[in-house]
Amino acid sequence: MPSFKKLTSKIIPLPLDNIDTDQIIPARFLKAIDKESVVEGLFADWRYQSDGKPIPEFVLNQPAYQGANILLTGDNFGCGSSREHAPWALVGWGIHAIISTSFADIFNNNALKNGLLPILVDTKTHQSLFDLAEENPDAMLKINLEDQTVTLPNKNSFEFPIDAFAKKCLLNGMDQFGYIMSFESQIRDFESTQIEAGSII
Amino acid sequence: MQQPKTLFKKIWDKHIVVEENGAPAVLYIDLHLIHEITSPQAFAGLHERGLPVRRPDKTIATMDHSTPTTNLSLPIHDSQAKAQLEKLKQNCEAFGIELYEMGSPRNGIVHVIAPESGMIQPGKTVVCGDSHTSTHGALGALAFGIGTSEVEHVLGTQCLLQYKPKTYQVQINGTLEAGISAKDIILALIAKIGTGGGTGHVFEYTGTAINNLSIEERLTICNMSIEAGARAGMIAPDDTTIEYLSGKEFSPKEETWDRAVAYWKELPSDEGAEYDSQVSLEVSDLAPMITYGTNPGMGMKITDLIPDPALASTLEERKASEKALVYMDLRPGQKIINLPIDVAFLGSCANGRISDLRQAAAVMDGRKVADSVKMLVVPGSQEVKRQAESEGLDKVFKEAGADWREPGCSMCIAMNGDHLEPGQYAISTSNRNFEGRQGKGGRTFLASPLTVAASAVSGNITDARTIIN
Ligand code: SF4
Repeated sequence: MPSFKKLTSKIIPLPLDNIDTDQIIPARFLKAIDKESVVEGLFADWRYQSDGKPIPEFVLNQPAYQGANILLTGDNFGCGSSREHAPWALVGWGIHAIISTSFADIFNNNALKNGLLPILVDTKTHQSLFDLAEENPDAMLKINLEDQTVTLPNKNSFEFPIDAFAKKCLLNGMDQFGYIMSFESQIRDFESTQIEAGSII
Repeated sequence: MQQPKTLFKKIWDKHIVVEENGAPAVLYIDLHLIHEITSPQAFAGLHERGLPVRRPDKTIATMDHSTPTTNLSLPIHDSQAKAQLEKLKQNCEAFGIELYEMGSPRNGIVHVIAPESGMIQPGKTVVCGDSHTSTHGALGALAFGIGTSEVEHVLGTQCLLQYKPKTYQVQINGTLEAGISAKDIILALIAKIGTGGGTGHVFEYTGTAINNLSIEERLTICNMSIEAGARAGMIAPDDTTIEYLSGKEFSPKEETWDRAVAYWKELPSDEGAEYDSQVSLEVSDLAPMITYGTNPGMGMKITDLIPDPALASTLEERKASEKALVYMDLRPGQKIINLPIDVAFLGSCANGRISDLRQAAAVMDGRKVADSVKMLVVPGSQEVKRQAESEGLDKVFKEAGADWREPGCSMCIAMNGDHLEPGQYAISTSNRNFEGRQGKGGRTFLASPLTVAASAVSGNITDARTIIN
């Protein structure tokens, strides 16, 4: 997994609640057997007309936001399916942090496993960030994961929550698989005491 | 005395392998279900690590999302779908996992075949790389959807890293009137608490209305827990559960059965157990429910008028509702009854079981699907299909002019070639009405099998109570 320490970027505003994984990546793009090619499907139905031409108004198509890495969006982002194709596509496009008032559970888990940082903010901060992005589309945010802070262009900053384990994994690009494997002997004990002994039926 | 525990807590505690301070728990998984969409990258990861599947005996695979529902003996046109299905087959062979291949007698939608074969039992932990894994909580299991990285974790270690979710008691009381079904209950709940209402929680459904539901109806309710944001929804095992499991292929047998039943009886939440949140819903006055927008929370009684986005409580919510109405080409204050539809879809893991087909067939018996409507009936599994055919339900549907198909996800997710055309309206028993879910530009009204059948024969959105009485 790629590590995440600091990030400085413009804000890409996408002010809609309940953006579901079928919008982030429509199902017809789920037939890939790799992770890389799914980026083609990112917001496909919002990004492209049916003839395949880009829709210029859609925020990810605007020249000003090319190369930007922070998505600012509405409540309950990533609701819907469990497809990890959603974070793969976002990361593939270049999004490395998403700011919202809430994230759907499975999306949140999937994002953290792919070096994509979900930043949870209160409604007041959320609104002020949308205001900032509207007044000054070039405004840069500085994210520092170690300190758990986001700094605005006026040097004001706010803190965001993240659980200690997820933070450690992100900072070190640490894969959770290895963590689970380190308990191999406990897993074996568990299997022999709980399952084979019939305590779990 | 021991602290009273919830059903969830009893299962959770029993499955913790290790829990270190400041880290999520390592949770043991009793059953891992696999399908073609969310597994290839996980198998590839495992292969790269040079590891085997730790417990192929606790892993079962099926093909459902991109399988055709027409003649299965023909080659699959979609080369990507074909490659993905072949990949699953290769992976299952290489790693020693049992696969219920397309067309085989036990094939079907993962969330239909697992309960019907008795694989899902009270007290088990069940995962699948699929958010509707919540379905299986109907049998008193702790079941939830996971991402592909987690699929890899479970394949390799039979364990998952999990923080303990919060618990949410959803009390559903009352007696359902004729023409109202489990689907209406769950749509009403989601309309009430919203698509993010259950985020971070596991639901436990309790109350008199739940006690009276059959297992198939409970599966419909738990299926859509995720549409309210809850990763899992559970219902305590009772006599209905035990009766359902008795004699099923994978149910414990003889002496083990007696021990299992004794264990299951200990699982219901203790008197006085506390939940982190609570909500209650009275369903005696419920009407058939239908969605009008582009998420499952945008639902209303079929007899109501389409709500005005201006009444939304936040700006983002208003924008989302406005966008939804533009997408659906509907207006605030408009009646939903009598809106014409183009397609009627009966199927999916929400409502593709035999009782759903029976309900719809009862409405359609002796009637015809309206000329302007195309109706697809897609049984949830080969088992459902066989049962329906033995009861003659296929004839009822065919004589009415509906298409009787092979099992699969079909137009619930529109990956297999069954899809809406841009602008078409579908009334559907599936569980998601997101933009483009049933085909690019397609518009979805979610409803119960009764409402779908009644609307299919009328050609427009119809309150089934007006034609079944
Ligand atoms: S029927 Fe629909 S919701 Fe159920 S597993 Fe298939 S695609 Fe998912």
